[in-house]
Amino acid sequence: MPAPEQFRLIFKHIDEPGYTNDLACYVRNGGYEVLKKSVARKPEELVDEVKKSGLRGRGGAGFPCGVKWTLLDRKSGKPIYLVVNADESEPGTFKDRYIIHNDPHQLIEGIMITCFANKVERAYIYIRGEFPEGARILEKAIAEARAANFCGPNILGTGYGCEIYVHRGAGAYICGEETGLIESIEGKRPYPRIKPPYFPAVLGLYQCPTIVNNVETLCHVKHIADRGGEAYSKIGTPNNTGTRILCVSGHVQRPGYYEFEVGKITMGQLLFEVCGGPLPGRTFKAVIPGGSSAKVLKFGERYKGKRKSGAEMVEYDWGLEDIPMDFDSLAMIGSMGGSGGVIVMDDSVSMVEALANINAFYSHESCGQCTPCREGSLWMKKITSRMVHGEARTEDGALLKSVADQIAGRTICAFGEACAWPTQSFIAKFGDEFKAYPEAKKAPRAAAAPELV
Amino acid sequence: MIQPASPDLITVNVDGKEIAVPKGTNMIEAARRVGVDVPHYCYHSKLSIVGNCRMCLVEMGMPAVDPASKAPVIDPATGKQRVNWSPRPTIACATNASPGLHICTTSPMVKECREGVMEFLLINHPLDCPICDQAGECKLQEQSTGYGRGYSRFIEQKNVKPKRTLLGPRVMLDDERCILCSRCIRFSKEVAKDDVLGFVDRGSYSTLTCYPGKKLENNYSLNTVDICPVGALTSTDFRFKMRVWFLKQTNSIDTETSVGVNTVVWSREGVVYRITPRENGSVNDTWMPDSGRTLYKQIREGGRLEAARVSGSVADLESAVKAAAALISGAKVAVVGSGRSSVEEQFLTRKLAARAGAEAYLVSRVGQGDNLLVSTDKNPNVRGALVTGLISELPKPSLGALGERIDSGSVTTVVSVGEDLLAAGLSASQLAKVSIVYLGTHDNATSGLAKVVIPTLTVFEKHGTFVNQQFRIQRFAKAVPGPSGSSDDLVVLSKLLSAAGGEALGADVGSLWPSIASEVPALSTMAYSNIPDTGLLLDSSPWSTLAFAEEATLHFKPAAAAPKEAPRG
Amino acid sequence: MNLQAETLRKIDEVIPHYPVKRSAALPLLHLVQEDQGFISNEAIEWIADRLEIQPINVYELVTFYPMFRQKPIGRRHIKVCRTLSCAIMGGYRTCAEFQKQFGTGLGEVSPDGEVTVEFVECLASCGTAPVVMIDDHLHEKVDAARARELSDKIKGEAKTANR
Ligand SMILES: Cc1cc2nc3c(=O)[nH]c(=O)nc-3n(C[C@H](O)[C@H](O)[C@H](O)COP(=O)(O)O)c2cc1C
Ligand code: SF4
Ligand code: SF4
Ligand code: FES
Ligand code: FES
Repeated sequence: MPAPEQFRLIFKHIDEPGYTNDLACYVRNGGYEVLKKSVARKPEELVDEVKKSGLRGRGGAGFPCGVKWTLLDRKSGKPIYLVVNADESEPGTFKDRYIIHNDPHQLIEGIMITCFANKVERAYIYIRGEFPEGARILEKAIAEARAANFCGPNILGTGYGCEIYVHRGAGAYICGEETGLIESIEGKRPYPRIKPPYFPAVLGLYQCPTIVNNVETLCHVKHIADRGGEAYSKIGTPNNTGTRILCVSGHVQRPGYYEFEVGKITMGQLLFEVCGGPLPGRTFKAVIPGGSSAKVLKFGERYKGKRKSGAEMVEYDWGLEDIPMDFDSLAMIGSMGGSGGVIVMDDSVSMVEALANINAFYSHESCGQCTPCREGSLWMKKITSRMVHGEARTEDGALLKSVADQIAGRTICAFGEACAWPTQSFIAKFGDEFKAYPEAKKAPRAAAAPELV
Repeated sequence: MIQPASPDLITVNVDGKEIAVPKGTNMIEAARRVGVDVPHYCYHSKLSIVGNCRMCLVEMGMPAVDPASKAPVIDPATGKQRVNWSPRPTIACATNASPGLHICTTSPMVKECREGVMEFLLINHPLDCPICDQAGECKLQEQSTGYGRGYSRFIEQKNVKPKRTLLGPRVMLDDERCILCSRCIRFSKEVAKDDVLGFVDRGSYSTLTCYPGKKLENNYSLNTVDICPVGALTSTDFRFKMRVWFLKQTNSIDTETSVGVNTVVWSREGVVYRITPRENGSVNDTWMPDSGRTLYKQIREGGRLEAARVSGSVADLESAVKAAAALISGAKVAVVGSGRSSVEEQFLTRKLAARAGAEAYLVSRVGQGDNLLVSTDKNPNVRGALVTGLISELPKPSLGALGERIDSGSVTTVVSVGEDLLAAGLSASQLAKVSIVYLGTHDNATSGLAKVVIPTLTVFEKHGTFVNQQFRIQRFAKAVPGPSGSSDDLVVLSKLLSAAGGEALGADVGSLWPSIASEVPALSTMAYSNIPDTGLLLDSSPWSTLAFAEEATLHFKPAAAAPKEAPRG
Repeated sequence: MNLQAETLRKIDEVIPHYPVKRSAALPLLHLVQEDQGFISNEAIEWIADRLEIQPINVYELVTFYPMFRQKPIGRRHIKVCRTLSCAIMGGYRTCAEFQKQFGTGLGEVSPDGEVTVEFVECLASCGTAPVVMIDDHLHEKVDAARARELSDKIKGEAKTANR
């Protein structure tokens, strides 16, 4: 079956020649019309639209956005904050940067509709420190929007006002975790908070109720407010509505960002057709489907079981190529859609070395607060680095798995899983390669094999 | 004593045992009440909860209810409500009791979690227990025996961190032993309000540090040593002096001020090695000032009185008492009692003063407090003097009134219970006009001028009680014997009393207490042995009009500022 | 502290963005580092004072966030992405090339004082791997050949600047 056409909702204008990131261009293309429409409605209606839309968060966890908003503690009398997660630091993910650089007003419009819907009067955009240009672009865009009365006091004459501020990070992946991010805005070390009791919806920024949403999620809000929740929910597939930006990197002919209806394209269509297949003379070996924390998938493996199709349960027997790129299917086969970052590795890559690279990332990024993640992530890194640069032992794979098993599910934040899942899945799927590594290492290195650690 | 109205109690289930606990009790404390120990490092009952060590992971379950009808789901096999166990372990320190909450601390999953955390904590640990000061008090050592696997799978290089850093004058840090629990940081920030400690770097390389150029030198710095669960923080004073398992522990009270901080005195073979705080949630929580920890040094300080003296010559106790009685009988006597004496001593002092027809004075010691555990009244027991009736109003800033009476010739003998009269404001020429009987532990100007000197004991060498600023009566006990030439204050005072023609009263707390109870209204319902380790609050209403010197400290608000509260037992 | 008037103006502007002063710690660190080139202890104390917090609170941040440095670096900062997508596309070779071009080790100041080469984690441009950030600017698809070109350009600019 040929791959479907891209459905460009968020990235409608992104590659358009002559499309610029200033207010004039945005307004020329119909910008801020949805905000104008929205502020004439009741905030509760907008929340309802988002609920009806079925929108799921695009930051990683895929949590239903409308549900998140309804969990807000609106009775506390405290101000409600919106924090925009523009930390985009999950390896393999590169969509938010393009939104920010090329279409910042789309994000600001989404933010303002979200703020109006939730009676938020102050929003912070937490942008990773590595995006200095992005931060400048956002600041300029906010100033433009403010001058045009799309944000700031008394927006469009409604009496409702809201300020947006840009807050820059400084090189820490853990600031993408929502409570670490909140601590970071509070000027502290970004140590994720224990939940309970510190659920952002109740005790978030400055101990006030807080919404944390990803950049892409908030852009979708604009389109939901535009089309209506019902109409939006017809895009994509049931429970996996709307469009999703897939970021493909690694060993494919045409890496890059692609926007499709969620669940309407399979992994095979994406990698072989849209991305042009493997590089000349190579074959695909493995793919990580949702940012580097997602469990790795192996080409050639099959996934069997039962799944819901409409009201009934049907059997499925999929090859990797057959997996629909949606939240539920990827979770069903034991991985996740995560942040939409698809990392492809071909037969030039040693799985031991790839894991060593990933482990180096996680041990560097662990905040160090809780014991299993702090000690386990560095231990796994030390083992894999030793395997590559020192003496590798056949039993190292088993040890790695056991260390990872002692982390996942026992930590303060989901970084514990993020750092354990790669190891667990690499060993589960490529265990033989780990066992054979001590021998394989003795052979001269293939010219194509990249250095990874 | 009046019990607090019982707060909302709820029933939880710990390893199959049901227990009623106040709402909001966390699972570690709830388990403690049924005798189940949940191992933990970062949790401390008096600090904020951060949940970082993950040692306290347990399994948690809630009674099952039908989602639609909210009716309990009954397990047909047992006839009881089914429990839905969470698939993931939960930290007990941050999980508060809610009705019907179940926790399980014995499952294979919990065992495995603890083994995992223990292994992780030890991989970068130097494992230098044989040379570590904390040995015997180290929770890591304890719990690795209890909950660890007992062997290491770690063959990589350990992290290298700074060793033997002086954080301040009294505290030494070994970063390689630190398990990053952040207790010391939280204590400094939350209790001592001296935010100088913090972590630098991140991940497994995180390192506890004092900001360069700053020192951990506040008067509470040693509490960080107490709460450090491992041997990362040690006291420079106690380091390597003595293995703790050799030491005897005796309950005592910090005599620095009227706060009445509860302490433990650690001693061996008559020698005190250290003083640490003892938990009292109504007084000092688990803290004490550094300044109170070295008070034991007075025991062996130079100037300790070694023998009784009469007119400068060594005498035995009996003849010294006789000589003193002679100076009292028929003379115009004044008694300078002490706010440092115990309730029992003050009671006998009052008796003696009454017998001698003497007016009793107390030396005032008002100074700087810190609004935490050092109050403005440097006497530990002014309220004891009020309660026993030794005095009826607060001591004047100086002994000026006594001085005038000496000058006018209406006082010819002064009995001082441990007070240096010169330091307390009397002049040398005034002292030259009277005969002085001095009971005390150390040489001073007054003992030099006294006709009769009788050596007595420090607080570490005797039993007794103090009444602190809250009117809480608290016991202290004898940790070490006194020096050979000295006698218990109570012995001396009761001998003096009967030698001066007074009644024969008990010369130790046990035999004296019945008399105290029968004569002192505020203590009438009590017996020495019945005073709990954390003390008893007395009815303070008879003294509610007095203007006490103290400002607010931890668990204490000056009466004027605070609305009147019923005393708590 | 000898901060430029413009930096001081920005500092005054950013603090009221937050209901709690401490929140301005990261913005102030960025501003001071842009002004001074690195974060000295004097800067830490100045910021702490400005935000009414303790120096340790600022020091904890400086050492947590890799973008803050406590020592000066070369005039240009070359940050090569080390993470998976870039590594499998040759990021390590790119990094080695920069080091060779300037005769410098990782994290050092090159002998000519011109650059500091560093590995950093994923720069969120994995689709155009390997990527490199030079100062504030992202360069995409930087293979060894492109690394040589960029190095030459930096060297050329240094000469012009020195003339
Ligand atoms: C370790 C870790 C890193 C994360 N990094 C990011 C990130 O870079 N960007 C992001 O949007 N969400 C990230 N998340 C997810 C956020 O915690 C949060 O779920 C998300 O921002 C919510 O927004 P959404 O509901 O719109 O997806 C991360 C989570 C974890 C545990
Ligand atoms: S799981 Fe890792 S990143 Fe998350 S709080 Fe614990 S140590 Fe920090
Ligand atoms: S020094 Fe002790 S108390 Fe402080 S963080 Fe380390 S282990 Fe915890
Ligand atoms: S005691 Fe440390 S996590 Fe609970
Ligand atoms: S891996 Fe290099 S930019 Fe993402």
